[in-house]
Amino acid sequence: MKTTDDPGHANPGAALSVSSRDAERRLRGLLEKGLPLASRPWQALAEQAGMSEEQVMACVRRWQADGMIKRLGLVVKHRRLGIQANAMVVWNVPDARVAEVGRRLAHETAVTLCYRRPRRLPDWPYNLFSMIHGTRRERVEAELAAMIERQGLEDLEHRMLFSTQAYRQCGGRYVGEGVA
Amino acid sequence: MHCQVPYCLAQDLDTLDRRLIDSYQRGLPVCIRPFHSIAERLGCNEDDVLARLERLQAMGVLSRVGPVFDHARAGASLLAAVAVPDAERDAFAELINAAPGVNHNYAREHDFNLWFVMTAPDEAELEARLDDLEARLGVPILRLPMLEGYHIDLSFPIPWAELERA
Repeated sequence: MKTTDDPGHANPGAALSVSSRDAERRLRGLLEKGLPLASRPWQALAEQAGMSEEQVMACVRRWQADGMIKRLGLVVKHRRLGIQANAMVVWNVPDARVAEVGRRLAHETAVTLCYRRPRRLPDWPYNLFSMIHGTRRERVEAELAAMIERQGLEDLEHRMLFSTQAYRQCGGRYVGEGVA
Repeated sequence: MHCQVPYCLAQDLDTLDRRLIDSYQRGLPVCIRPFHSIAERLGCNEDDVLARLERLQAMGVLSRVGPVFDHARAGASLLAAVAVPDAERDAFAELINAAPGVNHNYAREHDFNLWFVMTAPDEAELEARLDDLEARLGVPILRLPMLEGYHIDLSFPIPWAELERA
C-alpha cells in the first residue's frame, strides 16, 4: 500500500493507488500506439497520462524488468521491407517431447516465434507452432528442410502454412479503449 | 482495413536507416532524451534520428517506435482460425477485422484459411469477443491459446544484402 503526506484524504493510500493504477493504464494505452517522435518522448507521454516524466520512465523500467515489456524499440513491418514469405510451421509432437523440441527450434535463428498450443482433435492435431520469415518462399522452404535435418526432426508430422495475404498486420494493442 | 502494401526497396534505405533498424529493434534507452543518446552512439545528431524515424514511419517500414508487450501479461489473447470458402474469404476477413481486439489477420494455405489473433483486456472478455464473432461468422472458430512460449524475441535480423538482390 502506498503512503502519502497529504493529510487531506480520508484514505490517502487507497486513493493514490487507484489513481496511479489509472495513470499506468492510460500510459500503457498510449505506449501501444508508440512513442511520440520528439526530443523528450517520455515527457510528452507523461503529460497525456497524468504522470511525471520520471514516473513514466520508472514505470517503463519496471515493466521491462518484470517482463511485461518484451522489448522496446523500432517495430518493423517486415512485409513492407520485402520480407514477404511468412510460414507458420506446425508440428505434431508427442507430449513428452514437445518442450524439448520447442526449445531446440527456438534456438534456430530463422525461427522468430515458437509456442506450444493445444491440439483440437479431430480437426487440428498440431501442438507446436513455429514461425519462419524470409524474403522468398523457396528460401523459407530450404531453411525448414535444413532445420529438420540439423535437429533430427524427420519423424515428426508437420505442415507449412504460408501466408498468402495479410489482411491486418498490426502490433498488439490490449488496453483497447478508443483504439482503432 | 487492408494492410497488403507494395514493398519498398531496401535500396531506398541508406546506411543510417539500416543501422537504426539493426541496432534498435530492442534496447531503446529509457532516458530523458533517448533519441539524443541513440544519435550519440550512431555518430549523428538527434534531429537526424528523429527525421529518419519519422520518414521510416511514414514509409510504413516501421509501425511504431515503442514497446512490445508480452501477450500473456498485457491482457488476454489467443491465436484463432476459421475455415471459410475461398471465394468468400475477403468478406470473412473484413468481418474479422471489424471485430474489436483483432490485431493480426492472415490468409494461409490450409483448410483453416484465415488466421488471426484476438485480444482483450481479460479472459472473460476474450471469450465473449470470440463467441460474438463466431455468431457473426457462422463458422466455428478454432481457439489455440498459447500454453508455453519457447521463444519470445520478435526482433528479426534484416537480410539487407538478400533484399537488394531480390
